[in-house]
Amino acid sequence: MSEAKTKQQGAVQTTGHAWDGDIQEFNNPLPRWWLWGFYASVVFAVLYWVIYPAWPVGKGYTTGLFNNITYTVNGEERSRHWNTRSLLVKDMQTGDEALKTKEYMQKVAAADYRQILADPDMMAFVRSVTKGLFGDNCAACHGSGGAGVMGLFPNLADDDWLWGGSVEDIQNTITLGHTGYMPGFARTFSDEQLDDVAHFVLSLSGHEVPADKVARGKQLFTGEGGGCYYCHTAAGTGMKSQGSANLTDNIWTIADVQGQTELTGKVDAVKTVIRNGVNRVMPTWQGRLDENQIKLLSVYVHELGGGQ
Amino acid sequence: MKFKHESIEINAGLLIALTMVVISIGGLVEIVPLYYINDTIEQVDGVRPYTPLELRGRDIYQREGCYLCHSQMIRPFRDEMLRYGHYSLAAESQYDHPFQWGSKRTGPDLARVGEKYSNEWHVAHLSDPRAVVPESIMPGYPWLMQPLEYADVGDRMRALKFTGVPYSETQQEYDANVTKFGQGVADSLNILRAEKNLVQQAQTGNYDGDRARLTEMDALVAYLQMLGTLVDFSKYDEGYFAEFR
Repeated sequence: MSEAKTKQQGAVQTTGHAWDGDIQEFNNPLPRWWLWGFYASVVFAVLYWVIYPAWPVGKGYTTGLFNNITYTVNGEERSRHWNTRSLLVKDMQTGDEALKTKEYMQKVAAADYRQILADPDMMAFVRSVTKGLFGDNCAACHGSGGAGVMGLFPNLADDDWLWGGSVEDIQNTITLGHTGYMPGFARTFSDEQLDDVAHFVLSLSGHEVPADKVARGKQLFTGEGGGCYYCHTAAGTGMKSQGSANLTDNIWTIADVQGQTELTGKVDAVKTVIRNGVNRVMPTWQGRLDENQIKLLSVYVHELGGGQ
Repeated sequence: MKFKHESIEINAGLLIALTMVVISIGGLVEIVPLYYINDTIEQVDGVRPYTPLELRGRDIYQREGCYLCHSQMIRPFRDEMLRYGHYSLAAESQYDHPFQWGSKRTGPDLARVGEKYSNEWHVAHLSDPRAVVPESIMPGYPWLMQPLEYADVGDRMRALKFTGVPYSETQQEYDANVTKFGQGVADSLNILRAEKNLVQQAQTGNYDGDRARLTEMDALVAYLQMLGTLVDFSKYDEGYFAEFR
């Protein structure tokens, strides 16, 4: 130990101070590679200050040597110094991805729905691009495959449509949103009456239910007391303009009739909906998505399963 | 007198003080200019402080640690813009104390989640996320259905007023808010009417689907539904906000 110490002490000097009597510090020179690396980074920093925006000066800042981020706003070309926001505008306009997408977007924008649906090339584009759009914006409620959530959010993959299933109807729904409303009948109908109406509703879709209840239910359904027929029509087929459900097709989105095996369970499911009503909101998307995105989504939703 | 390194090394107090000076230079150079450079906060219409109900919702957002998984900062990149919408502006978080920008995204960014989904969705999702999004790994927050405590909302606003948020108590402050934000917003920033405003917004908005009760869910959904909705970006051209950088 002491031998090694003496040997090194001969080679390099110490810093000259001693702690606790004999603890000394060697004054070794810095390694060459490190020193040159340090000088290089100093030079780099100075170059960086000159080329890129760097130092605050007064109420502004140095903007760097170049003014070379160029993009177009309202047909007029603008050049800005290097900054991430200008880079983004440029990237969204003339980046590789943007140009590739734009080419197809223009084709889709120019075509009408019939042409898009008939063109396999455009449909391939719709499927690949819109899968992401659907995932970001629609899947939270309607599920990533469009199957919806029983009782809460409609299934987009079947061919039953509350607000219409043509591409134009779907576009309308996405653009403006909807408020699906059915009043609760807890105060209008007694429990027995709710039971009768529920039986009648189930009879519409071919369920075998006692005829006397159906007869009484039908009277309530088509009578002025409940007025169910205002929205669902006397035949129970629903109205597109009201978003009222077709009760005759045995496709259920709010009352989980198919999930019940026993008739009493099915009746209870329907009764609960009649008693409590429905209040659902599909938000409007016109501020968030642009026209072409909505167009793509309309085609995509139409193609999920049951477009009309 | 010749400078001697030794004099710093043998004086612990001086060493600590000088170390702090050297370290803080880096921070000061980056942060301080932002307080006086003209372009730090973009000139934009519509940004206002939170209403009392939204403020309580924001407090719950912080209490439940939502920020640990959700950021509120859309960065100016193509992929973020396509997924979340317009990048976040400094102006949009100027009344946030503390800001909720974050950098950890276990869940999606929430800076523009407002008005994206319906109130019903938020209630169903917060109570039991997997009931609506089967692949979600978010925990459920069913206890948000408990009654909201709001008796102290005025004090909470006073605390924020102390940090510079323009909530008003005097007539003079109220008048200044009317000039700056317009009558409607100025009323919602009035500390003296805070409790009344809070109840009224919860009643009108009916965020948790039941007007009869006032729950923490009301407050949190009210907050989530306004996030990122204050600025109408259609009023500004593509390059406008780049001019501030």
